[in-house]
Amino acid sequence: MCLAIPARIIELDEDKAVVDAMGNRFKAKTTLLPEARMGDLVLMHAGFAISLIDEQEAKKTWELIEEIDRLQETQDKVSE
Amino acid sequence: MHERIDKAHRLMDAACEAMGRQVNIMEVCGTHTVAIFRNGIRSIIPKKLKLLSGPGCPVCVTDQSYIDTVLQLADRDDCLIATYGDMIRVPGKGGSLETKHSKANVKVVLSSEDALQLARDNPEKKVVFIAVGFETTAPATAVVIKEAAAGAIDNFFVLAGHKLVVPAMRALLSEKNHNIDAFLCPGHVSVIIGYGAFAEIVEDFARPCVVAGFEPMQIIEGLGEICRQLSAGKAELKSIYTAVVTEQGNTSAQKVIDECFEPADGYWRGLGNIEKSTLKLKDQYAQFDASRQFNITETPGEETEGCRCGEVLCGLIDPPQCGLFGKSCTPQKPIGACMVSSEGSCAAWFKYGQQRKRK
Repeated sequence: MCLAIPARIIELDEDKAVVDAMGNRFKAKTTLLPEARMGDLVLMHAGFAISLIDEQEAKKTWELIEEIDRLQETQDKVSE
Repeated sequence: MHERIDKAHRLMDAACEAMGRQVNIMEVCGTHTVAIFRNGIRSIIPKKLKLLSGPGCPVCVTDQSYIDTVLQLADRDDCLIATYGDMIRVPGKGGSLETKHSKANVKVVLSSEDALQLARDNPEKKVVFIAVGFETTAPATAVVIKEAAAGAIDNFFVLAGHKLVVPAMRALLSEKNHNIDAFLCPGHVSVIIGYGAFAEIVEDFARPCVVAGFEPMQIIEGLGEICRQLSAGKAELKSIYTAVVTEQGNTSAQKVIDECFEPADGYWRGLGNIEKSTLKLKDQYAQFDASRQFNITETPGEETEGCRCGEVLCGLIDPPQCGLFGKSCTPQKPIGACMVSSEGSCAAWFKYGQQRKRK
């Protein structure tokens, strides 16, 4: 539950943002990260940006999440 | 990468040698628990190094009485329950949100903002947000409480179940029969509270505290750093998750938590009542506090007979030592909370099984 995911801010109006995480776009808030700017990469948790994150670290986390998804799919297939 | 793993191995071996007994390191984050299993980390560490899965899964540590309260609220025709998906399968008296209730009065939300939006969209209903989670999730709840106050949204309520990691670590170390030598501290909780928050554990209990991220290398090197300290007879505070964790943490998030909440004593499954370990809404936000508005009193919940989730959460037993594990309690039909959440120790043990150890 406490795994935050990296996303890029692609729209920003005050603290209301739209972010893109691995091609998925969703609404988000930057209330907890007032320094966040348009185009920034941020760590998202429960709809809120909680930290800035650099490109390299974001990439590592995305890869980790993709791997989790793949594993989950394999496991689901096995248990079917 | 092999060199880094080898280095960590040498540190682990040295610590086991120096301690002359089994070394116990506890992780207090469900995401770490799952990452450790998924990556087979138990299989590559020395036999004498034991990883304990502590109270790091928010769903698992939520007391039974809270779950029963949620189910009672869901029974009311005037209420609409907004909950994170993790909570809907947790069994309570007579069922769970999933089995007991129609989809009409239970909505799964991905964020606290979605819960507040439900209140705006359903003015005839009392929308109760099931606010569980550690410090990572608490600021998101605080923000919407402030928004509800600013927007005079009077049909929005929060059933506060947020918990604080450090008081739980203190409680574990204050138990006479604990066996914890060090903590692998949570990554994203630390983004909020800062690694400095664990200084009191190092100072008061002389236990190494190392914050690590969720990649396998982070976990292995975090364990290596802990072992380096243990073999040198030291207890230090360190973060190796420098990409996102600072000493101070996210001060905007801490500020909004402080504005809306105050620490209060509260019940944890398995650990009982822990002083100042939960977050209660401040008086000025009492109108949004489901506990006060629906007259809920907190009493320790009754756990199912035979369920040993409590001992699992304290690192006293491994899940397979529970008589229900894998027999009457499985992820498909969970009895205890540690089997319900995918981040629970029992669910992780069940899914990934016992992994062989390196000699």
